[in-house]
Amino acid sequence: MPTVAKGDGMRGLAVFISDIRNCKSKEAEQKRINKELANIRSKFKGDKTLDGYNKKKYVCKLLFIFLLGHDIDFGHMEAVNLLSSNKYTEKQIGYLFISVLVNTDSALIRLIIQAIKNDLEARHPVHICLALQCIANIGSKEMAEALTKEIPKLIVSGETIDAVKQSACLCLLRLFRTSPETVPPGEWTQRVGHLLNDQHLGVVTSATSLIHTLAQKTPEDFKPCVQLAISRLSRIVTSSYTDLQDYTYYFVPAPWLSVKLLRLLQVYPPPEDPALRGRLNECLETILNKAQEPPKSKKVQHSNAKNAVLFEAINLIIHHDTEPSLLVRACNQLGQFLQHRETNLRYLALESMCLLASSEFSHEAVKKHMDTVITALKTERDVSVRQRAVDLLYGMCDKSNAEEIVAEMLSYLETADYSIREEMVLKVAILAEKYPVDYTWYVDTILNLIRIAGDYVSDEVWYRVIQIVINRDDVQGYAAKVVFEALQAPACHENMVKVGGYILGEFGNLIAGDQRSSPMVQFQLLHSKYHLCSAPTRGLLLSTYIKFINLFPEIKGQLQDVLRNNNNLQNADAELQQRAIEYLQLSTVASQDVLATVLEEMPPFPERESSILAKLKKKKPNVSDIEVVKEGKKSSNPPTLNNSAANTPEATPASAPVPVMAAAPAPAPVQSASDDLLGLSAGPAAAAPVTNNFAAPAAPAGGGGLLVDVFDTPPAQNNVSTALAPQAEENFFNMPSGETAPSGDASATELDGRFAIKNNGVLFENELLQIGVKAEYKGNLGRLGLFYGNKTSYPFQFFTPTVSCPGELASAMNVQTKPLDVNTVEGGAQVQQIINVECIADFVDAPILSIKFSYSGSMQQINLMLPVMLNKFFEPVEMDATSFFNRWKQLSSPGQEEQKIFKASFPINSDTSRTKLLGFGFGLLDGVDPNPDNFVGAGIIKAQSSQVGCLLRLEPNMQAQMYRLTLRTSSKSVTTRLADLLLKLF
Amino acid sequence: MLKFILLVNKQGQTRLAQYYEHPEHDRVSVERDIIRKCLAREDNQCSFLEYKNFKLVYRRYASLYFIVGVDHTENELAILELIHNIVETYDKYFDKVCELDIMFNLDKAYMILEEMVMNGRIVEMNQNRILLPIRVMDQATQ
Repeated sequence: MPTVAKGDGMRGLAVFISDIRNCKSKEAEQKRINKELANIRSKFKGDKTLDGYNKKKYVCKLLFIFLLGHDIDFGHMEAVNLLSSNKYTEKQIGYLFISVLVNTDSALIRLIIQAIKNDLEARHPVHICLALQCIANIGSKEMAEALTKEIPKLIVSGETIDAVKQSACLCLLRLFRTSPETVPPGEWTQRVGHLLNDQHLGVVTSATSLIHTLAQKTPEDFKPCVQLAISRLSRIVTSSYTDLQDYTYYFVPAPWLSVKLLRLLQVYPPPEDPALRGRLNECLETILNKAQEPPKSKKVQHSNAKNAVLFEAINLIIHHDTEPSLLVRACNQLGQFLQHRETNLRYLALESMCLLASSEFSHEAVKKHMDTVITALKTERDVSVRQRAVDLLYGMCDKSNAEEIVAEMLSYLETADYSIREEMVLKVAILAEKYPVDYTWYVDTILNLIRIAGDYVSDEVWYRVIQIVINRDDVQGYAAKVVFEALQAPACHENMVKVGGYILGEFGNLIAGDQRSSPMVQFQLLHSKYHLCSAPTRGLLLSTYIKFINLFPEIKGQLQDVLRNNNNLQNADAELQQRAIEYLQLSTVASQDVLATVLEEMPPFPERESSILAKLKKKKPNVSDIEVVKEGKKSSNPPTLNNSAANTPEATPASAPVPVMAAAPAPAPVQSASDDLLGLSAGPAAAAPVTNNFAAPAAPAGGGGLLVDVFDTPPAQNNVSTALAPQAEENFFNMPSGETAPSGDASATELDGRFAIKNNGVLFENELLQIGVKAEYKGNLGRLGLFYGNKTSYPFQFFTPTVSCPGELASAMNVQTKPLDVNTVEGGAQVQQIINVECIADFVDAPILSIKFSYSGSMQQINLMLPVMLNKFFEPVEMDATSFFNRWKQLSSPGQEEQKIFKASFPINSDTSRTKLLGFGFGLLDGVDPNPDNFVGAGIIKAQSSQVGCLLRLEPNMQAQMYRLTLRTSSKSVTTRLADLLLKLF
Repeated sequence: MLKFILLVNKQGQTRLAQYYEHPEHDRVSVERDIIRKCLAREDNQCSFLEYKNFKLVYRRYASLYFIVGVDHTENELAILELIHNIVETYDKYFDKVCELDIMFNLDKAYMILEEMVMNGRIVEMNQNRILLPIRVMDQATQ
């Protein structure tokens, strides 16, 4: 039953559209479209001149194809030709094409301008209107220059008919927006204002839009319009719905025009003239009164139109912010909407109320609705509405209700949607800081925040709690006590470890008197988390340990053991390695006095604007406006933790706590990896806590010399130079680092490449699920923590991950999977699973993780390889040249050696190669190979059944960008597998 | 001001698109994203949603969705009723408008819209006046 096209039906078009609709597949549709495009092209290029009807047909087809999502790059010329047609229909279709399929080709624009000029001078008003509409839709700078003079004349001339005036207003508006300088103010500006008095409401509507924009630019020029707008508004709101006939919409007189007039008035302050002001207030009161009248129709259109005007009136009342009675009335009206059955009204009421909360006149009135808003937060089914409720709670919070609001927000956070968690965390943190009940409450709140939503607690938040604890000595003992307790939880978030590590490092002594939190207990507690943490956190903990050496000399030995541990001294992470070495030296070389000075307690941080607030402002510019308004209007600033903070809103970038050397705030000697990790260079945090602020008086550019200068010890460690070489983590891979996870199934190759030299990262991510992995290995044992994060707001049911070892792997590896405690992963939640692996013999394939779950009724299955490679069970070995060559010679039988010559996949860089080999697990032996560019390494694969010694030689050739890799081991299969893995790294 | 008006069917196919601020790049994928977001909403959700730095206001009529992108200065309810007025005007002209009417009379559908909204602002809301030029045109061609 294809509809008959009205007017001049176009059969060809109907056929084409039917064809497309009948296409069974995307490919078929594409084919049909290509055929049609070719057909139209040939028709346009053909010798036969097309008549207007045909041109029109083809243009319609092109439009249709455009809507299907294809870009159209021809036909514009034909459309321009249609502009000069005398037939209205053809002309119209030409303009339509140009307006929808804009093309900025300048030659074309000149033709279009010419056609428009002709039409503007035409006798038929319909032609003039078409030309004006076209300018209004696509007007560019070029058009503005060519046509500006004509338009104002049309607007103010007494002879112009209404429809042309309307179009001309919006046309001028367009030109003014594209290039204000080409629209010179003149006599017409005054006359435009008088259009507000025009008899025709259509003209008034268009004129109001134009005046609104012009008045924003130069309010003084259009000030007389205030009076005209108020009297027009007054006439509309007091008219009965029968007066305005065609402009009454569902018994509401001219709703759109009313809204526009009310918006125009928001450009100006309240009128100074008392009579005028009285008249405006009457209007606003009338609108508020009407909201209380029984509805004239049950249709939603009626209530929407009425409320559109009401909300705009409330906006104006809030904008003026001078009439307490109106503000309170507005607030009460919105309060009624908060419980309305229409979701739209609840949403808008919450949004408007948020503005009212910032007015000193209505703040108290808004607070009365707190319980309703809290209920909305808990019961609203629409996340956008809940978000507005959070905004409003934040807006209405002050000293009197902070405790309750923060408690409610914290409890909501446990189930809150992913999308709003980070913002909520910031808001809770700001409120807790701004309206503290007392400091212990503040510390408790922030720690709760980390406990509940650790993943969403950004660095700014935990920097801030540390800044405040350091600046307030009455809360330090309490803070040390609660972080100590918090750290005892079996699974505590890494951010908790950071805060705990930092605070105990500074103030651990305050609780050390109690046997239950003696220095040794504190240290062991922190160190039990060490291996599960990321490199930056480990770095922070190392700083805590060196501070402990100062605070608790009695456990110096144990602390030095940790620093001396090979895992740290030879860590692939340059920052960690450097800290371990330097701290160890510091604790050995320096006297107690020197230590005490260098490791003194941090001095108070300078008071400045909260870095969290700065972050929220960056995230939500609108919110910050409210904040500023609020700060500015309150006669007395609310007490804040940092009194000066509120007074210096010029926002000197807040510096984050710098953990270690109070006495020596030297510049970081090297551009270390952690700089980038914490975004040191950007953002308000000027100095990230894990930055290497070592006591180096000068910072020579890289090189091992630094250590020598400071400690006057020979650079004994062969990897010192690596540690100090500038190296960002990105360089490790020369490919996107772990943060950019692969989508879909990770292939074995991809997996090897990304995870061969690192243990943590995102293993998998799609729209529903994110899987993170953290692994640690020792000898032939490994432990993987898998973190399954539900990215949606709906639960995954029957969530069952299983791990299997296919084929030969079953006999080469033991895998133990701890089943999940729950089989439902709630929306936004994350569950953790621990997998223990034991390497029995060498292996090639990785264990397979398959996950099944039901998401909104459909079963999902994901299969992945776990990042367990043979080299994870690798331990470095140190030996001298003689023993190396002895063993090298012993391993010369066939099958024991594997040699590969291959083209470098990444730029050859000595430092990077070194890091990769160390990360892979080799101990590097310098000075064995006479050529310093070559690498020689040794290590042992620790499988349960056998231990396989491996020797390596890697010879880069810079000219050819090639490598020669030679591996010798006592096992053929190990040799092959390791060679394969290594190949992918270089 | 209005940034665009989209008319989309339940399958997510665009049946009419008018942009008042031309998207810098990648119109198609942004459009798809917007459509997907609106179609995924449930009936009990509100008709407004924040999208990037602007707002979407949408309304559903049987199998057709009207989606309007607006900046933060627009009055949401007024836009909601603008959509309804467009639909009523279509209804008046096409007599019980349906998706096919729009598809087969794309030029007319655009022309009516053009009379109502121009440069992202409302020009005329009086249905009789909106339909005047198109009726003149229809008479001329008959």
